[in-house]
Amino acid sequence: MKTFINIILNIVIAFLLGLFLPWWSVMIASFVMGAIIGLKKASSFFVPFLAIALLWVVNAWFLAQPNDFTMTKKIAVLLPLEGNTFLLFLITGVVGGIAAGVAGVFGNQCKQLISGKK
Amino acid sequence: MAILLIGFRLLYLKSTSIRYFMKSVKFLVSLLFTLGIFYGLNTKFGDIPPMGKFLSPNQGFWKNEVTESDVAKEVLEIPGLKSPVTVHYDESLIPHVFAQNDEDLYRAQGYITAQHRLWQLEFQTFASGGRLSEIVGEAAIEYDRGQRRKGMGFGADNALKEMMKHPEEVKLLEAYRDGINAYIESLTVGELPVEYKILDYQPEPWTTKKTALLLMYMTDMLAGRDVDLENTNFVKLFGKETFDLLFPDFYKDQDPVIPQERDWSSFEVQNIEKPDVDFPSDFIKETMDKPNPHNGSNNWAIAPSKSVSGNPILANDPHLQLNLPSIWYVMQLATPEKNTFGATLPGAMGIIIGFNQNIAWGVTNATRDVKDWYKIEFQDENRKAYKYDNEWKATTEVIEEIKVKGKPTVYDTVIYTHYGPVTYDHTHKGNGEKVGYAMKWTGHLPNNNQQTFLDLNKAKNYDEYAAALKHFTAPAQNFVFASREGDVALWIQGELANKWPEQGKFLMDGADSRYEWQGFIPQNQNAHVKNPERGFVSSANQHPTDEKYPYYVYDDGYETYRNRVINNFFRSKEKFDIQDFKDLQANNFNLKAAELIPTMLDSMDRNSLTANEEQMLSTIEDWDFNNNIDAEGASVWEKWWDNLYRITWDELYNLDVAINRPSDYQTIWLLKNQPNHPWFDRKETPEIETAKDLYFQSFRDAVQDLTVWQSRTGKSLKWVDYKGTFVGHLLQAQPAFSRFDLPIGGNSGIVNATSENHGPSWRMIVELGNEPNAFGIYPGGQSGNPGSKFYDNMIDRWAAGEYIPLLFIKSVDQTSDRIIFSQNLSPAK
Repeated sequence: MKTFINIILNIVIAFLLGLFLPWWSVMIASFVMGAIIGLKKASSFFVPFLAIALLWVVNAWFLAQPNDFTMTKKIAVLLPLEGNTFLLFLITGVVGGIAAGVAGVFGNQCKQLISGKK
Repeated sequence: MAILLIGFRLLYLKSTSIRYFMKSVKFLVSLLFTLGIFYGLNTKFGDIPPMGKFLSPNQGFWKNEVTESDVAKEVLEIPGLKSPVTVHYDESLIPHVFAQNDEDLYRAQGYITAQHRLWQLEFQTFASGGRLSEIVGEAAIEYDRGQRRKGMGFGADNALKEMMKHPEEVKLLEAYRDGINAYIESLTVGELPVEYKILDYQPEPWTTKKTALLLMYMTDMLAGRDVDLENTNFVKLFGKETFDLLFPDFYKDQDPVIPQERDWSSFEVQNIEKPDVDFPSDFIKETMDKPNPHNGSNNWAIAPSKSVSGNPILANDPHLQLNLPSIWYVMQLATPEKNTFGATLPGAMGIIIGFNQNIAWGVTNATRDVKDWYKIEFQDENRKAYKYDNEWKATTEVIEEIKVKGKPTVYDTVIYTHYGPVTYDHTHKGNGEKVGYAMKWTGHLPNNNQQTFLDLNKAKNYDEYAAALKHFTAPAQNFVFASREGDVALWIQGELANKWPEQGKFLMDGADSRYEWQGFIPQNQNAHVKNPERGFVSSANQHPTDEKYPYYVYDDGYETYRNRVINNFFRSKEKFDIQDFKDLQANNFNLKAAELIPTMLDSMDRNSLTANEEQMLSTIEDWDFNNNIDAEGASVWEKWWDNLYRITWDELYNLDVAINRPSDYQTIWLLKNQPNHPWFDRKETPEIETAKDLYFQSFRDAVQDLTVWQSRTGKSLKWVDYKGTFVGHLLQAQPAFSRFDLPIGGNSGIVNATSENHGPSWRMIVELGNEPNAFGIYPGGQSGNPGSKFYDNMIDRWAAGEYIPLLFIKSVDQTSDRIIFSQNLSPAK
C-alpha cells in the first residue's frame, strides 16, 4: 500500500514539475522522492522507475491515440524499430524509468549522507 | 558542480568513520550514475537524437503527434497587428486570410506559414546561405563551401540593398519577418517541429536577409546551371566543328515559346559586334555540382476564342524535386484592395503562382545562359590584384566562416573581382596559385524580384501585369498570363545580357575588357507575345524564340519534347475546356520514344535474338508510347535508351576533365540522320560500328539488365514498379517521413514530367469567368509536421491525376461547409 501511494506521489510531483520544467523534471521529482520522502533500498530505484515509466507511457498514449498514432508509427521507423510501435512505447517507459530510478537512488544516498542515520 | 563540491566537503569532514566512508562511496557512485544518465539522455550521439529529451512526452516527439485542426486556437494575439485578421481553413488546411491592410496581411502570412512550415522555412535558408554544417555537422562542409563560393550571400545582400531603397516594401518585409518571429516566440520547447528535436537545435529569429536568401535559393535552382567550362574542355579535346555538330545553338524542328510568326521589326535593336578575340583554352578538371537539369515547367493559356466556355483558361505546373514538406504552401491572401489565391514559397511574401478575380499567371523557367566565367590572372600568390587590360585591379577578400556542429569552425577565403566571386582557385578545384575562375551571374545583380510578385498579386489587367514584370531580374521566367477581359500573353522576363554571338558560351579572358558584357537587352525588347493569332500561348523551357529574334540567345539545356506535345495538342481541335487541361497535365505520351523506336525496330536483326529478347522486343512493339503505370514497354524503352545513350557517347565518360554530353534530342537526330558518323564506332572493338549496331547492342544489354533487376527486386516490369516514384523528406529523404512507390506515370521529357524523384510540384488550372473557377494540387500537404494528417494527404490524389477545387472566398463573411475552422488574429495588448 505504501509503495502504491509512493508511486502515485512520485507521478504527481513529476507531473507538476513537468508543467514548467523540461524532460529532466522526472529526475528532480524522483530525487525528491528519495531525498525527502525517504524511499528505502531497492524501492528508491523501483518506485521512481515504475512511476515515471507509467507516467510517460500513459501520457504518450493519450497524446498519440487521438491522432491515430500517426507520428508514433513514423518514429518507430526512424529510430529504427521496424515500425513496431509497441516497442517504442516500451522504450519510452524504460528510458523515463531509468532516468527516474537513478535519480531516486541518488536522492536516497544524499539523504543518508546528510542525515547521518543508517 | 555545486553538488559535487558539497559531496567532497562532506566526504572530508566525516572521513574518520568507515561507515561514512562507505556511504560517501555510494553517494559518489550514485551521483556519477545520475549525471551520466542525464548526460547520456540529454545529448545527441551521431544520428541518434538525445533520447531522454526526444522520448519524453512533455517535450519530445510525442508532442508532435497532433493534427492542426484538432488543436487550433480560436484567437491568437500577434504583436504589431493594426487591425484584426480572420483566417478560415478549408478541408485541405488551406488558409484563407482576410486582413484590412497589406502590412497586416503579410504579417499574418509570415505567422501562418511559420505555424505550418517553420522548420522548412529555416532549413531552406540555411541551405541557401551555406550554413547546413551548423545543423548537420561536418558532412555538409563541402556543400556549404560551394554555396559560399557561388556567392549566395553576396547575391542576397545585393538584393536586400535594392529592396531597402523602397520604404513601402521594407515595411512589408519587416511585417512578414515579425510575423514569423511572433510565432517562433510563442513556441514552447515541446511545440518545436520534430526535426529540431531529431537534430537537437533551436530556431533562430527570421530576418529580411533570409527572405533574400530564399529567393536566391530559387534563383540558383533555376538559373544556376551552365556548362561554359565544360564547353571549353570539349572544344579543346574534340575541336569546334564537332562541338557545333553536337551542341547546336538551335535544334531543328522545334516549336519555340514565342510563336515563329512573331514579327520583331518594331524593335530598334542595338546589336553588339563580336570583338576579334579567341577564347582562352584551359582544361578545367572538375566543376561544382549543378542544379538538376530537369528543373523546368509547363504553362499555357487559351484565349476566349479557343475556349468552350468563352472564358480564358490558364494552367501551370512547375517541375522540381519532389520533397516533403513541399516547396509550395497554398494560401488565399485578401485585403479590401485585392484577393489573391495560389502557391506561395515559404519565406517570400505574396502568391508566386496564382490568380485573383481578374487575372491568372504562372511561370516556367526561361532557360538561358546567364552565368559566365572569366579567367583571372593574379599578380602573385597573395592575390591582392588581377590583370585587367594594362593595369592591375585590386581584389576584395571575403573570409567565409563556416560553423560546424560539434567541430571547430572552418574558414574559407573567397576572392572577389569586379565580375564576381572567384569560385574556382587553387584551394577549390582550380589550376594553380596564380589562376582563378570568376563567376559573372545575373543572380548576383541587385534586384527587386519580390516586388514583381506583390504587384502581380493585385494586378487587374495586361498593363498591370506587364508593369509588374519590369522589376524581375533572375531567374528569367516565362510569365504566362490570362485576364478576365480576355487577354492572353507571355513575357520572357529577366535581366538578360545583350551578348555578341557565342559570348559567354565558353570560358572568357578576364584580363581583356573586350570580353565584358556590354549591357542588357532593353526590357521592352525581351521576347514576348500578346494575343497571338493561334489563340493560345505556352511554354515548356524550350527555345524562347527561333533564329529570327534579333538578339543572341544561348543555353545548353533547352527542352525539346514537351513543348511540341503541348502545342500540337492545342492545334488538334478548335476549342478546349478544363477537362482537356487536366488531361494534358496528366499526358504520358513519350514523344522521344515515338521518334526513335520505329527506327530502332526496323534495324533489328531478329534472327539472332534469344527467346527472352524476342519477348521484350514484342513488349516494345505492342507499346503505344505512353508511359502509363502499367506499361511494360515504357520500362524496356527507358532502359534501352539509357544504354544506347551511354554506349553512343562512351568516349565522353570517365574523362579526367569536366565534360558535358549532348542532349537526347541531338543524339537522336544524329543517330537517325548520320547513322555512320565516326562517333558511333566503339573504339575498343576491331569492327566499325554504326547506329544499327548500337541499337542492337544496347537492346541486348537492356534485356540483360532488366532480367537481373527483376530477379534482384522481385518486381514486375510495369513502369510504375521500374520507375519507383517517391517524395522524399528534405533531410536526405529520411524514409520514415517520405512516401515511396507512388502510382503515377510519366517521366522527364513527358508533359506529365514525373520521374523518380522529380516532377509537377504544383498543378494549377484557372478559368477566368465572372468568378474564378480554379483547381490545384501538389504532392504533399499543407502541414510540415509528419505527425499531422495534413502532412502528405494530397499525394495520393496528386498521383491519381485528381485536383482540389480551390475554394475562392469572396469576402470574410462568406460561409462554406468546406471551412473546417477559423482563427481570429488580434493585435496583442
